[in-house]
Amino acid sequence: MTQDQSGGPRLRLNPIACDAHGLCLQAFPEMLRPDPWGYPIVTDAPVPPHLLAHARRAVAACPTLALKLE
Amino acid sequence: MTSTADDARPTAADTAPNAPRLLLGHGRALTEHVSAHGPLPALTGPEIIARTEQAGLTGRGGAAFPTGRKLAAVARGAGRKGTVVVANGCEGEPASAKDRTLILNAPHLVLDGVQLAARAVGARQAHLCVHEDEHDIRNTLTAALAERATALPAEAPITLTLVPHRYVASEESALVRALNGGPSLPAHTPPRPFERGVGGRPTLVDNVETLAHLALIARHGSAWFRARGTATAPGTTLVTIGGAVRNPGVYEIPLGITGADLLALAGGAGAPLQAMLCGGYFGSWLPADTFAGTEISAPGLAAAGSAIGAGVFVALPRTSCALAETAKIAAYLAGQSARQCGPCLHGLPALAKALRELAASGGTRPAHNLQALMPYIERRGACRHPDGATRLIASALRAFPEEVRAHADRKRCPAVHRAEQRDPHQGRRYGT
Repeated sequence: MTQDQSGGPRLRLNPIACDAHGLCLQAFPEMLRPDPWGYPIVTDAPVPPHLLAHARRAVAACPTLALKLE
Repeated sequence: MTSTADDARPTAADTAPNAPRLLLGHGRALTEHVSAHGPLPALTGPEIIARTEQAGLTGRGGAAFPTGRKLAAVARGAGRKGTVVVANGCEGEPASAKDRTLILNAPHLVLDGVQLAARAVGARQAHLCVHEDEHDIRNTLTAALAERATALPAEAPITLTLVPHRYVASEESALVRALNGGPSLPAHTPPRPFERGVGGRPTLVDNVETLAHLALIARHGSAWFRARGTATAPGTTLVTIGGAVRNPGVYEIPLGITGADLLALAGGAGAPLQAMLCGGYFGSWLPADTFAGTEISAPGLAAAGSAIGAGVFVALPRTSCALAETAKIAAYLAGQSARQCGPCLHGLPALAKALRELAASGGTRPAHNLQALMPYIERRGACRHPDGATRLIASALRAFPEEVRAHADRKRCPAVHRAEQRDPHQGRRYGT
């Protein structure tokens, strides 16, 4: 995991791999919300330290390995 | 890089101020090419890169990225495995014909560019990618490559590579993916091709016109190149002008002329104009009066809120419904999705449908839907395809506010109204 200089790791989504299973949305509603078709909207904002555990759970939940924390 | 980097060598191509540089109109044979342009210059790789950087050449495939900087980045990445050059001769834009015109008229200039680019970045192999169904282009290049095989010293071998004819297949990561044995579909980037591309090697992907300019810059120097165009957008460029103009076709223009000059070049408007689609299906609409005063260059069009793209300009007459025209293009772009990414796969058809509804039956709901959907689509695909579609639609909403309002309020379309006023017998309401 590479730390970005501007504060903490970020979520990164591979949009080709993502199939909108939606498990990440349940695991991490604090920073992920669905678009009208059920795909997660991933922002470029760093994940604050107190939410890192949730972010890791969302990454682990993805059945297509589309979500990463880096 | 050195004093030799810029010894301009004027030739016949340079005598008249508005003479074409790429499209000289000489024959396709290698002998005719060499007598018109001169032989391949014996420059080193670093010299080619220095000249290209000094010339200020930017990519002519749509992104307008500084070519010299890209060459330098790929050359820097060359390890023991070397680098690869990919020349993109797949004209993805349906309204564009400039790459095919260039290849059919000056195949050896393109091949010179591929060869010099390969030398510049230290590539051991080069691929020239063209659409598999464009047989005239394939035949022209096959013949030109055969001529060179016997007449020119062997440098990096150039392989003609065939690519399926669909919009996203010629996106740079899709080309790299296909050359690596995968499908002709965009990849999830990074790494970008210049970092890790064909066979894992740093890969230069450049449009064929860009490479043809490079072949001339290597011969004549950067000062020669900069003698045309503006300080921020030097050189000439190929444009395809279509729609409601008297002489549609491919033209070579010095960058920085005005939109009005461009129209005059194509014989002027064939009918009173409402707007110009700049940059092709990936581009954006400018109202006709704005376009007339806009500088035709990447910075000029960007300042006007549009883009030069691959140099495509389509003129829309005042009697055509801009929303209906945009809806047709949006439907085409939705159909050309690689269907890999959800927001593109679901979002583009939804946008196209809302726009078609707005154009055909009107109402506030489709107008509202359009605005609501766009933020869910932009920058959420692996490639820029969905961004292009949303940019086009956003520009239509911006350029045609009256039309949008009339359609949303279910009033008569102003363009259809104008058409009927001009010729009542052609109007839909009046029948024949």
